[in-house]
Amino acid sequence: MDFNIAAILGLDGLTSGAIYALVAIALVLVFAVTRIVFIPQGEFVAFGALTMALFQTGKVPGTVWLLLLMAALAAGLDIVQSVRERWPAARTTKHLLRTLALPLVASMATLLLAPAQPPLLVQALLTLMLVTPMGPLVYRLAYRSLADSSVLVLLIVSVGVHFALTGLGLLFFGAEGFRNPPFWDARFTLGPLGFTGQTLIIFAASVALIVALFVYFDRTLSGKALRATSVNRTGARLMGISTDGAGSLSFTMAAFIGTLSGLLIGPSTTVYYDSGFLIGLKGFVAAVFAGLTSFPLALVGAVGVGLIESFGSFYASAFKEVIVFTAILPVLLWRSFVDKHHEEH
Amino acid sequence: MTRFFKTTLAAAAAAAVTLLASGAALADITIGVSLPLTGPGSGLGIPMSHGVKMWPATVGGEKIRLVILDDATDPTKGVQNARRFINEDKVDLIVGSGVTPVAIAIADVAAEARTVQLATSPIGLPPGKDAWTFRMPQSNGVMANAMVAHMQKNGVKTVGFLGYTDAYGEQWLQALTPLLDKAGIKMVGAERFARADTSVTAQALKLTAANPDAMIVVASGSGAAMPQLGLVERGYKGKVYQTHAAATRDLMRVGGKATEGTFVTAGPVVVAEQLPDNHPSKALGMKFNAAYEQIHGAGTRNQFAAHSYDAYLMLEQVVPLALKKGKPGTPEFRAALKDALESTPALAVTHGVLDFSPTDHWGFRADTGVVMKVVDANWKLEPR
Repeated sequence: MDFNIAAILGLDGLTSGAIYALVAIALVLVFAVTRIVFIPQGEFVAFGALTMALFQTGKVPGTVWLLLLMAALAAGLDIVQSVRERWPAARTTKHLLRTLALPLVASMATLLLAPAQPPLLVQALLTLMLVTPMGPLVYRLAYRSLADSSVLVLLIVSVGVHFALTGLGLLFFGAEGFRNPPFWDARFTLGPLGFTGQTLIIFAASVALIVALFVYFDRTLSGKALRATSVNRTGARLMGISTDGAGSLSFTMAAFIGTLSGLLIGPSTTVYYDSGFLIGLKGFVAAVFAGLTSFPLALVGAVGVGLIESFGSFYASAFKEVIVFTAILPVLLWRSFVDKHHEEH
Repeated sequence: MTRFFKTTLAAAAAAAVTLLASGAALADITIGVSLPLTGPGSGLGIPMSHGVKMWPATVGGEKIRLVILDDATDPTKGVQNARRFINEDKVDLIVGSGVTPVAIAIADVAAEARTVQLATSPIGLPPGKDAWTFRMPQSNGVMANAMVAHMQKNGVKTVGFLGYTDAYGEQWLQALTPLLDKAGIKMVGAERFARADTSVTAQALKLTAANPDAMIVVASGSGAAMPQLGLVERGYKGKVYQTHAAATRDLMRVGGKATEGTFVTAGPVVVAEQLPDNHPSKALGMKFNAAYEQIHGAGTRNQFAAHSYDAYLMLEQVVPLALKKGKPGTPEFRAALKDALESTPALAVTHGVLDFSPTDHWGFRADTGVVMKVVDANWKLEPR
């Protein structure tokens, strides 16, 4: 191996690593706030890429119907709760509006615009509007009533949600994969390295998102509220922070990050309805590296996973996944020495 | 009163169960179909189920009762399905599965229950294990034969191999190696990838460094485009060969311009119109393609639906023979089906000429495969 090859492999690993970093950050975020190991995070990646792909063909993506169905179910739950707890009409209306407004607006906009094949950026925006609201809806439908259960129960629910979403993905998107056109078609060369515009967009978007998250958690009130919830749920509740609201918000952000990652990798690989799982799993390896708590460590872990994968494929492509997932073993060992053990109650 | 009601209900239920059971026994020919309608193999299983749905309602004058189950590309589920077919549905025949690992798992159950399995995937089984298993697709060897012959004719001296890490990739590598040796073509590297990989940069880098005359990509459906794009991205300009699992429009849909000029091996049905007039599959293939594209849209024809349709053409031939020896639902009928499959003369199907014998349960001759070239996002038959 000479320097050129190493440089190309390094760039390839960094590009994948940037995507895994986004997934890992979303996983850490959700786990810190809600203690949910959110296995279906990868599904948002696939949904984002595939929704975009269907916009490309001028069809109305099946995501619209899924979103409306989920919103209707959540609204049904709202109504049941309002009847049971005898809410005043104004409160019920407010809740219903909050549940239904964004999904309805996004679906209407899609139904109106999709057949006209709007420009790429509008399609991307619609995709974000369609998939992001699924985050809080998934939380509302699957997790909220179990929010105080043990991590294990929440993990099992996650597995169930993962299978449900993958199955729905097959139903809505079909078995075959799609590849999206790049957002930026330019090519640059730097020594032996060939950059595409898409690579630069991936790096820029990842860095921008990480900076934005840092500012959000450090400088804003709602960001601090999320952090407080992640430190101590009961304490946060006593301080007047709604833990349900925090959970819902963290899922919104996770879904947004997932969809964005989907849009970013769509042009550089073929995405299938079940691609999300493996991407999510690699993001999970990175998140475990961070002990599911630290954003900067998750970033380091993700870049590590990307590089291991890239160099692993070069030396022994048949054992690439083995190499990547075996790498988690020493990390687990290291973490088990570093972390204080505490039993969960 | 309640007691009377309960008793009546129980009696009625019992009667209904008996009726249903006898109904199943009386129903004419029962065929269990297990296909990967979900999971990673669904790109193969879904068109195959379309092919099954095109079957006429009767065969040899007997009504067909189809039980179609999804095996989720999971061997365990496939075995469950096969056991259900045998114990509950009392099938006369099992069709499937559409992916190799599941079909191999089903073969064991079929052999144990002495029931014929028409596998819609090219499964390799150790000698003696395939007594009750007949394959509808061409073996990878038959396809590799067509590919290597084409390479020889076009002066290819060195090849690189970029294939799936699963059984499909491995079987192709095994089928290719002796043929390439015999043809004096050198394999300069064999790299692997998985369908869900986000990048093949590393593998492509290694292979293009050796700069072989041709690259062989072994992948299925839309998964076949990404590795080829990866090779082109790294500046590879030579010939690219794809296998018959990639012989669908998804290759061009996902791969776009980069797939122009690619050579793809396939069963003759995919290019039925372009076959010479004396080809035995020409008329059958054109008829099948027309019927299929009428339902699913222009350009949707594929290998896989034709495999499950060929199973019907075969049954049309063997069921009348088997009916002379036994009634459907009996072990005699099942044994007679096997004998009929082994003894029937060569039969033209959409994919070539099938000729099973007691020692050969593959059926297709070595020259059955064709090589097509992608020209203007369409298939063009390469001269033999």
